[in-house]
Amino acid sequence: MTERWTYEGFEMVVGLEVHVELDTATKLFSGSANRFGDDPNVHIDPVTLGLPGALPVLNARAVELGARIGLALGCTVQACVFARKNYFYPDMPKAYQISQYDKPLNIDGRLALSDGTVIGVERAHLEEDTGKSTHLGGSGRIHGSEGSLIDFNRAGVPLVEIVSRPDIVSPDQAREYVSELRAILVAIGASDARMEEGSMRVDANVSVRRPGEPLGTRCEIKNVNSVRSLGRAIDAEARRQVALITAGESVVQQTRHWDEGDGRTHALRSKEDADDYRYFPDPDLVPFVPSAEWIDEVRSALPPLPAKRRAALAVLCGVAADTEAVMTVVERGQDAYVAEVATHGADAARALVHVKEAFAELGARPGVPASDLAALVAMESSGAVTATQAKTLLGDLIDAGGGDPAALAAQRGFEAMDDGELVALVDAAIAAEPDAWQKYCAGEDKAMGALVGHVMKASRGQADGKAVSALLVSRRS
Amino acid sequence: MAGRITDDDVAHVARLARLGLDPDDVQRAVAELGAVLEHFADIDALELDAVEPMAQPYPLTNVLREDVVTTSLDRDEVLAQAPDAVDGRFAVPPILGDGA
Amino acid sequence: MSTPSTAIGIAAAVRSGSMSAVDAVEQSLERIGASDGDIGAFLTVTASSARDEAAAIDAAVASGSDPGPLAGVPIAIKDNMCTRGIPTTCASRMLDGWLPPYDATVISRLRTAGAVIVGKTNLDEFAMGSSTENSAFGVTKNPHDPTRVPGGSSGGSAAAVAAGFVPVSLGSDTGGSIRQPAGLCGVVGVKPTYGAVSRLGLVAFASSLDQIGPFAGNVADAAVVLEAIAGHDPGDSTSIPEPFGPLGAAVTRGVEGMRVGRITDLPAGADPDVTERFEAAFDALADAGADIVDVEVPAFTYGLTAYYLIAPAEASSNLARYDGVRYGHRVAAPDTDAMYVATRTDGFGAEVKRRILLGTYALSAGYYDAYYGKAQRVRRLIADDFARAYTHADVLLTPTAPTVAFEIGAKSDDPLAMYLCDTYTIPSNLAGHPAMSVPFGTGADGLPVGVQVLAPAVGEATMFAVGAALERAMGASDD
Repeated sequence: MTERWTYEGFEMVVGLEVHVELDTATKLFSGSANRFGDDPNVHIDPVTLGLPGALPVLNARAVELGARIGLALGCTVQACVFARKNYFYPDMPKAYQISQYDKPLNIDGRLALSDGTVIGVERAHLEEDTGKSTHLGGSGRIHGSEGSLIDFNRAGVPLVEIVSRPDIVSPDQAREYVSELRAILVAIGASDARMEEGSMRVDANVSVRRPGEPLGTRCEIKNVNSVRSLGRAIDAEARRQVALITAGESVVQQTRHWDEGDGRTHALRSKEDADDYRYFPDPDLVPFVPSAEWIDEVRSALPPLPAKRRAALAVLCGVAADTEAVMTVVERGQDAYVAEVATHGADAARALVHVKEAFAELGARPGVPASDLAALVAMESSGAVTATQAKTLLGDLIDAGGGDPAALAAQRGFEAMDDGELVALVDAAIAAEPDAWQKYCAGEDKAMGALVGHVMKASRGQADGKAVSALLVSRRS
Repeated sequence: MAGRITDDDVAHVARLARLGLDPDDVQRAVAELGAVLEHFADIDALELDAVEPMAQPYPLTNVLREDVVTTSLDRDEVLAQAPDAVDGRFAVPPILGDGA
Repeated sequence: MSTPSTAIGIAAAVRSGSMSAVDAVEQSLERIGASDGDIGAFLTVTASSARDEAAAIDAAVASGSDPGPLAGVPIAIKDNMCTRGIPTTCASRMLDGWLPPYDATVISRLRTAGAVIVGKTNLDEFAMGSSTENSAFGVTKNPHDPTRVPGGSSGGSAAAVAAGFVPVSLGSDTGGSIRQPAGLCGVVGVKPTYGAVSRLGLVAFASSLDQIGPFAGNVADAAVVLEAIAGHDPGDSTSIPEPFGPLGAAVTRGVEGMRVGRITDLPAGADPDVTERFEAAFDALADAGADIVDVEVPAFTYGLTAYYLIAPAEASSNLARYDGVRYGHRVAAPDTDAMYVATRTDGFGAEVKRRILLGTYALSAGYYDAYYGKAQRVRRLIADDFARAYTHADVLLTPTAPTVAFEIGAKSDDPLAMYLCDTYTIPSNLAGHPAMSVPFGTGADGLPVGVQVLAPAVGEATMFAVGAALERAMGASDD
C-alpha cells in the first residue's frame, strides 16, 4: 500500500472531495422529506423551490450528523457560519447554494489507512444538494440535448463535503481512502454512502510532478461512479498529464469528466467566464456555535469505528487486521456477532471463517443464534463433524434460523468415521484405481484426486477429505 | 476603492448577474455607478481593521429545527405557475455550462 | 353616530355588533372604487374575497366566538408580501401574474386577528426606491398633491391610508421605505426592531435590513396592528425570541422625565421648512415634560454609504432566483444561459438592474474587503455609536426626510439624489433599531412633514410613548 505510483519519472499528487448525503428525515433548511425515488417534485416547499419570500431554518439532526462525521475523522468541531455560493444553474433553485466557506463546522482531521499512512482531512462542512436534471433528446447527455427537465426533490438534501489534503499518492491509496471513509460513515450512521446510488460522490483533484519539484497544475475529475472507476480514472488522468508535459505542453487547469466507456477523461465545454462565487455570510441564517458539552455528547455517542473494530476482531481471532475475512465481517457489521459466538467457548477464528463465507446476505444481526453456531464450531473443532459436513450443517442452520447442530447431524447421518473405516476405504480406493495410485507414487500429486474421489463416493461424502489426503500422503512415503 | 469603475468592470459584473447590457447601457452604468462609488470615498478614509464586521443586527445563534417532515406544497398549484412544465418536471431549454 | 374610521374604532364596533364587518369593508371598497383611479395606490383589489371574509367575521360575532382584535378592519398590503392565490408582483414585470402558493406569516397573523385584506398596493419595484416611480405598473400619486410622489418604496400603502381608503396598511422598510412615505404622506409609519416581525413570505430585498411594519392614521392604530403581526416565528431564523412589551399603555403614558436626544452631528441637508417643524417637535416634547439632551452619533453620517453597499449586495443575491426556470417571467431562448440573460434584462427595471450591478460589484473577487467587508464594519461603528448615545437618552429625534414630497420626475434621473432621501432613516435599519415617523404639521405648499423617533432595540414602547406625545401636541383627534 505504501507504493507510490510512478510513470516515466513522474509521481502523482491527489486530493479527494467527497460529498455524502446525510441520513436525515428532512432537508437541510426545510421540512420537506429527504427521500429518494418518489414522483418528481413532490418534496417541495418555498425554500426547495427558491420561491420569493422563502427562508431557511437549519436541521438539528443534520448538524449533529455533520459533527459526528467530523469527530469520527478527528476534526476540531468549531463555531461555524453558513455562506452563499452564488452561481446560475437550472437545478439551483435560488441561484445560490447555501454552503460553508471560511468558517466550516469541522477542520483539521485525519483518516488512517490500514498500513498506517495518514491522509489529512482539511475540512468537512455542511451544504445543500441541488435538484436533478434529465436531458432530453439523443444520448441523454447534456451535450447536444434538446432541453432538460428538472426535479427538485433532491434540492436542499443535506450534504457533508469532506475535503482531503493532497496527501494521496496512488490510485490504490485513493480507493482505500474512499472505502475506509465509507466504512466510517456507515458505522456512525451518518449516511449509507453508496457511490452507485449517488449518496456518496467523489471528485478527484489530480496533478503530477517529478519528485522534489513544486506541485503541478491540477485537474478536477468528476463523474466517477464506483471505487474501482476512481482508481482507473486517477491513473488515466495522471498518465494524460505526464504525456502532455513530456511532449512539452502544459496542463490546463480544468474540470474533466471520466468516461467509463473509453477509459479516458474529457474536458467539459470550458466556461468563458471564470467562477466568481461571491461568497458572503448568508444573512437569513445565524451562526451555529457548538458548546463543549454538546460536542462531548456527540463524541461519546459515537460507536467504535471500523479500524478499532477490525483490530479487536483480529486480536480475538488471532489473525491480522487487514485480512479479507476481518475486513469483510466488520464491513457487514457482523463482528459483534462473531465475538458473541466466541463467548460461548467456540473457536473464534473458525467462527470468523464461517461467518465470512456463509453470512454475506444476513446483515448485522444474523438470524442464527450465536449459541447454535458456537455449538457447531465446537463439533467441528472436536472432529465430531468434518469441515465439509460443518458447511452443510451451517446451511441448515441458516435456512431454519437456528437449531441443534448435533440433532441435525444425526438427521443427516453424519457420524465421524473412525480411523479403521477410513484406512479400509483408502485401501479399497488404491486397489480400485491402480493407475492413479501408480502415477501418484511416481510424483504426480494431481493423481490423488481420483483416489480421494473414490473414497468420497464410497463413503457417500462422509469421509473427511483432509484425513483421506493425509493418509494417502503418508502411504506414499 | 478610489479607482474608477471601468467598462470592463461593468461588463464583467453584468455577466455575473446575467444582465444584458448594450454599449449605451454600459456607458450609462459606468457613469451612474461611478458617481455612487465616488460618494463612498467617505468610508474609504476610515481605518477599520480593528472593528468587527456586523453581519446581523441581533446576535442570535443556534436557531435549529427538529428533523420532522412537514407538509409539502401542492405540486399542481406550483407547476401551474411554471413557465414550462412537462410530466411533473420544470422544463428548460438546453443547458449551457457545467454547474460548479 | 358617525361610522368609526380608525382601526381601533372599527374593531370595537364590529366586535360589539354595532357595525358589521361587511359594512366596514364595503365602505373601504367604495372609496377605493371612487378615487383610486386618481391616486393609483392599488395594484390588485380583492373585493370578492374581502366580502367573503367580512361575512365570516360577522358570522363569528353572531355566534359568540372571538373574531380577533382587528375584527373587520380593512387593511391594504404592500405587493411584496406573499398572499396565497392573490397576485404578488413586487411591482415588477418579473412577477407579473404570479400567484404565491403560500401566505406570508404576517398575512396569517392578520387573518387570525380578523383583519380583512382589501388589496395589494403599489411599490418601487422589488422595494428599491424612494418615490414609487420605479414601479413597472404606474406611478402612485401623493393624495395631498397629485403632481407629487408619495415617497417609497411603500408609496401605495402610505397613500392608501392618507387617502382614507383603509385605516391601516402594511409596508416594508429596508432603508426607510415605510417611514419616508409616511412622512411625505402625512401618516404614521413604523419600522419595528429587526427580527420583531417575521420576514417569512416577505419578498427579500436586503435580508439583514428588511422589516415589515404598519401605516396608520394615528399612533394607537399603528400599535394595535404592530402587536397583531409581531412575535417570534420559528420559520424565520432571524426572528427574535422576545420582542418588545405591550404597547397599549405606552400610547397613553406621556413623556414626563423622558430623555429625548438631539443628535448634534446629524448630517445637514434638511430643507428649512422641514427643520422648522423638527425644532417645533423638540419644543412640544419639552412642553410635555421631556428633557432634551445633546448626543453625538459620529458614524451616523456614514450610514448612506454603508447601506448602498450592503443592501444592493444582499439584493443582488436575493434577486438571482428570478431566472425564468420555476415561476414568473420567462423569455424563450435557445439555451438556459441566453434565457437567463433575456429574461432578466426584460423582466427587471432600470433601478433594480442598477442595484444588482452595484451589489454584484461590491461582492466580487478583489472588491469584497474594500466594499462589502468595510461596509459591515461601518455598520458596527454605527451600532456602537447608537449604544453610547442611548446611555444618555431614551429616544432620539430626527427629521424623517430632508424634504417634503417632491414632484413626480424631479429626482428620477439622478439616482444619487434619490438615495439621499434616506439619509435619516437608513442608520436604524443598519443597527436593527425601531423607528417611527409621526406627522408633525406641514411645510412648503402645505405638504406634510414627518418627524422620526428612534429607539434602541426592542424599545418600541418608549418610542410609541414619544410618538403619541407628538401626535397629541399636533391635536390629532380620534373617535
